[in-house]
Amino acid sequence: MSTSTTSRPPGDAAPQPRRADRATPRSIAVWVLVALVGATCWVVLALSRGESVSALWILFAALSSYLIAYRFYARFIARRVLRLDDTRATPAERLENGTDFEVTDRRVLFGHHFAAIAGAGPLVGPVLAAQMGYLPGTIWIVVGVIAAGAVQDMVVLFFSMRRDGKSLGQMVREEIGVVGGTAALIAVFAIMIILLAVLALVVVNALAESPWGVFSIGLTIPIALLMGFYLRFWRPGKVLEVTGIGVVLLLAAIVGGGYVENSALGDTLTLSPETLTIALVLYGFVASILPVWMLLTPRDYLSTFMKIGVILLLAVGLVLARPVLENQAVTEFASSGEGPVFAGSLFPFLFITIACGALSGFHALIGSGTTPKMLAKENQVRMIGYGGMLMESFVAISALIAASVIDQGLYFAINSPAAATGGTIQGATDFVNGLGFTLTPETLQAATAAVEEDLVSRTGGAPTLALGISQIFTSAFGGGLAAFWYHFAIMFEALFILTAVDAGTRVGRFMLQDTVGNVWKRFGDTSWKPASWTASAVVVACWGYMLYVGVTDPLGGINQLFPLFGIANQLLAAIALTLCVTLFLKHGWLKWVWVPGIPLVWDLVVTMTASYQKVFSDNPLIGYFAQADRYRAARDAGEVLAPATDASQMDTVIFNSTVNGVLQASFALLVLVILANAVLIWVRAISRGSLPTTEVPAQPSQLVAPADFIATAEEKDAVRAWDERQRDGVGSRR
Amino acid sequence: MSAASARTTTGPGPVRRALAGVRWYARELSGEAKWDDYLARCSREGTEPMTRRAFERHRDHLREGATQGRCC
Repeated sequence: MSTSTTSRPPGDAAPQPRRADRATPRSIAVWVLVALVGATCWVVLALSRGESVSALWILFAALSSYLIAYRFYARFIARRVLRLDDTRATPAERLENGTDFEVTDRRVLFGHHFAAIAGAGPLVGPVLAAQMGYLPGTIWIVVGVIAAGAVQDMVVLFFSMRRDGKSLGQMVREEIGVVGGTAALIAVFAIMIILLAVLALVVVNALAESPWGVFSIGLTIPIALLMGFYLRFWRPGKVLEVTGIGVVLLLAAIVGGGYVENSALGDTLTLSPETLTIALVLYGFVASILPVWMLLTPRDYLSTFMKIGVILLLAVGLVLARPVLENQAVTEFASSGEGPVFAGSLFPFLFITIACGALSGFHALIGSGTTPKMLAKENQVRMIGYGGMLMESFVAISALIAASVIDQGLYFAINSPAAATGGTIQGATDFVNGLGFTLTPETLQAATAAVEEDLVSRTGGAPTLALGISQIFTSAFGGGLAAFWYHFAIMFEALFILTAVDAGTRVGRFMLQDTVGNVWKRFGDTSWKPASWTASAVVVACWGYMLYVGVTDPLGGINQLFPLFGIANQLLAAIALTLCVTLFLKHGWLKWVWVPGIPLVWDLVVTMTASYQKVFSDNPLIGYFAQADRYRAARDAGEVLAPATDASQMDTVIFNSTVNGVLQASFALLVLVILANAVLIWVRAISRGSLPTTEVPAQPSQLVAPADFIATAEEKDAVRAWDERQRDGVGSRR
Repeated sequence: MSAASARTTTGPGPVRRALAGVRWYARELSGEAKWDDYLARCSREGTEPMTRRAFERHRDHLREGATQGRCC
């Protein structure tokens, strides 16, 4: 490069492909057809009541809605609102350094981004939300992702890209203010802790008293270690080869678990939730201080390929099995708010139970950071940001379907807390029949025998999903492998979660070291062992404590903590969307502020209503403090309230509910602080028309690359012409 | 036109091309292809490449400081 990057003449930019605007008769016909398919599916879903409805209606209603949203709304945002500009060089092009800033093929980056945003979240929330029926969840997942979730992901990715990949926290501090920035930093850290604790709780609930599960998940650790050493010492760089070996060993571990279960080892591996909690906390600490090549990197390879593989398999399985929905369209719990899985009525609690898949604030942390530093062209923001989130939404829809094809009585037997079912087949049958669903002990026993796993009160979503997947795969592929598929699905989910726990603990550790580093410089040095070990221990202790609170809560950890998790994730989305609105106004895009504004208002209404109810509701089923008061009054009167069995459990309930309530209130307050700080900026920006931002000035781009999943003919020609110019010019320029 | 007909007569069939595409994608996604890129860059720039072991050690070292999170 002869010219310096700052004074490069604008004429130096590579000619970019023209993207045709005009619709051909063929494309009009195709889109009319997609719209008709979608409309038909939605009408069928809306009108079917009390008859057998195929799950494929949900699948195709969602898919056609995604296609239309991507083609029209995402394109509108890309062209008219954000005005993505391919003549402008991305950070990856300007700052390429071969490590974090690196021009990456758009399809490969899509895979990386998707693997980073999608984990167990979209698999858990929809399963729990199925207690209100399949229809509310389906509508929220599809409408939510189109209007809110994918918009947030795309816009945050865009703004971070225009700021050289700055993190969400940094952007809030620089664009909103120090107060907002500090609140955001605390909120992000606290929210991450809750997230890790609840994800870990899902694993604990799935593995407790399950020697098969413990055996196969436990073996993922030596398998990952083996892969790590293989890559480090024997065959450096042979990732696909070692991942292949890892997957085979993983499948062998699942099969092996079936034999172990019935052997002498089975009793040793039948672990209580408390033991598993300790094991998980120790594991989390060790994993976060080991070199990443040993455990984290190889586990990440496994989980990425498993993730993509299983999602494809599930899509194929659904189409082959064409299962019928057993769930009702809308159950009575949607309005009564007295469902056993989580308390509260449809508004606002459905919208916080399903966070990932519809709107997930956590994605803003991924979309600001690694991904924007790898984009080749600005126009790819639509495919990566919006498209990646649509794909996650598809995972959520699949999970909702899997939870809705199992017998409804079974669903409630699995998902009602042990306090309600007593943990026995008879107790569960009585309870479920009392709810008004039919379940016989024989049905429950048959289901238990088929997957060789006790199913009563296996809350947390993973066992339900595993049962649903096992049914779908058994019917799609045959072979009577129900128990294998069940444990396969458990393994798949646990693998995601353990990867998220490893990586999350490390990220938390970096955040903590960075923050403390501002006051005590040495502590910020990530290679200084005493600091990194201490920071890791603090992070693990935080989520480990919350995990313990969940595991020992007599009222059921998922029932108590999942709302906190959902609200926390959505509050993070509120922070991200507040930033987006702020930047729109600072850029002077008042005309388009509704694009992030509508999701922000909706999200604030939902999270603030939910937070308010969780804190101030006088219904002990919903309000944390009302719950604590009820148990305190009973304890002081010398009584023991079910499900607590003695005075110490009464104390546990009082204490846990108070902790949850305080956390809930603090999260909401932090978000309000950020919002208040932002409103000051909004007022100033609107009155002045615009305000300066930290956007990096435009520099001409030398790169040519397609924008979308499939390159158009014009793009292919432009890339070819550019390649030739590169080849001709390479001698003279280097 | 000529390119299309050449592909159908002499190039690999659709199955082979699809498999090659999957392999390309898996190698890129896992980062295995980084080594090929590095070799290509070295030959372009006329520098002596380091050993594969050293190269992968270097990448491991970089990952140690990476803050990529994994979402829920």
